[in-house]
Amino acid sequence: MAYSEKVIEHAEHPRNVGTLDKDDPNVGTGLVGAPACGDVMRLQIRVNDQGVIEDAKFKTFGCGSAIASSSLATEWIKGKSVDEAEKIKNVDIVQELNLPPVKIHCSVLAEDAIKSAIADFRKKKEARAAAK
Amino acid sequence: MSVKLPIFMDNHSTTPVDPRVLADMLPYFTEKFGNAASRSHSFGWAAEEAVDYARERIAHLIGAQSEKEIVFTSGATESDNLALKGAFEFYKDKGNHIITCVTEHKAILDTCKRLEKDGAEVTYLPVDKTGRVDPDDVRKAIGPKTILVSIMLANNEIGTVHPIEEIGKITRERGIVFHSDAVQGIGKIDFDVQKMNIDLASITAHKMYGPKGVGALYVRRSKPRVRLIAQMDGGGHERGNRSGTLNVPGIVGFGKAAAIMIEEGKAESARMVALRERLRQRIQDRVEETYINGSIEHRLPGNLNLSFNFVEGEGMMMAIKDVAVSSGSACTSSSLEPSYVLRALGVGDELAHSSIRFGLGRFNTEEEVDYVADLVTSKVKALRDMSPLWEMHKEGIDLKTVQWSAH
Repeated sequence: MAYSEKVIEHAEHPRNVGTLDKDDPNVGTGLVGAPACGDVMRLQIRVNDQGVIEDAKFKTFGCGSAIASSSLATEWIKGKSVDEAEKIKNVDIVQELNLPPVKIHCSVLAEDAIKSAIADFRKKKEARAAAK
Repeated sequence: MSVKLPIFMDNHSTTPVDPRVLADMLPYFTEKFGNAASRSHSFGWAAEEAVDYARERIAHLIGAQSEKEIVFTSGATESDNLALKGAFEFYKDKGNHIITCVTEHKAILDTCKRLEKDGAEVTYLPVDKTGRVDPDDVRKAIGPKTILVSIMLANNEIGTVHPIEEIGKITRERGIVFHSDAVQGIGKIDFDVQKMNIDLASITAHKMYGPKGVGALYVRRSKPRVRLIAQMDGGGHERGNRSGTLNVPGIVGFGKAAAIMIEEGKAESARMVALRERLRQRIQDRVEETYINGSIEHRLPGNLNLSFNFVEGEGMMMAIKDVAVSSGSACTSSSLEPSYVLRALGVGDELAHSSIRFGLGRFNTEEEVDYVADLVTSKVKALRDMSPLWEMHKEGIDLKTVQWSAH
């Protein structure tokens, strides 16, 4: 299968690879997928007091399309509010990267990773509010 | 570094045509274009003579007693189909039981599935963790209705060589037809239909530096005589075993490829083992958490199948995209399942997804091996820096205890 140029570009020069401190109260971490399925994504966001994602990092175990999907996801959500970021759909990623049908699950995983990171951030926030 | 990119290290999928083979083939496209079945003129005679010469060379390579035992086909898939379907159809009054193994090529497994629909009962023998069938399992699986055993000479993914000679002793004792898909091992490792008591053997030209689209089925003619029902109807070519005008240039090339293997196969295999070991050591000495899939001892000379833990195989192939290799990762197949061969060895799904098959061949050089070893070493490190699993592993988290969200 031939890869689209955008997939190759992201896979060869992934944006925002790295790790944020998962214990930071402003950081939300999403870990989705399973090693046995051949892809695992970890996507992290750091949200400021205005509810804007000021930083996003990822690490991915997976094929080139999975790496590209998560790289693109971090690029897209940076600078967006949490609510806006939540609206990103896997089909947007499919379109941007020209993913073929067998690679659609990579984009689904990236959407799940964003949602999961946001959910983790909100859970932390609620826990803090309850503690006050 | 003076290597030319891309580098082909996928010689189990196919091999380039040796220039000596091509040179022998060329006249048979243009000047000597006759139909080998034309008995009435010199064009046909020249073609027939060339075909018979190739037949002799191929028979010699595999230890056949007569060139008449070579039936030309379009390739090993057709040979496998003809062997299994043809034997089943001929011997079905004697019984309906076939024994094969779980790591066979799809040309065998899917043919067996088809035969099951036609009333065959098939036993799929397991393999040990190196991918070998235990001859004792073959012995135990044989029953009164067993008519055919089909076990490959060497596996295409992991390079594991099966104990064919031992199995051949058993099948001969019990009077059961023994077929072997020998495509990966021919010319590279010991293979002799007499010594190994093989009755049917599938071979193909393009895995041994001959052209694609031409293969053969060895069909034993004496002690015992093995019979088949033809699966292709028509002009009754190949002694009625396979109708269809012969691919004369392809067959000429096949014959030349066989002749080269007879002359050079042994020395070439020694060189392949040295190259493979060089590649293996240069990677394993520098990259931790790599595992060899298959047998160390019983292995095709040019095969190296490695799993790079915490790195996904297709991601790896993309990272080394100037090097042609293959992977047992699910992502390379249309299904999302990782390689059934690796699973049969009990390699976990994680490691199966992380496997890369390097297939060394005649035209690979030491410089290429060094280049690939360096590239793989640096790319595995880069991909691990990007892998959440590697990070967790380094933090001391046992990945087996993590609750993964299956998808």
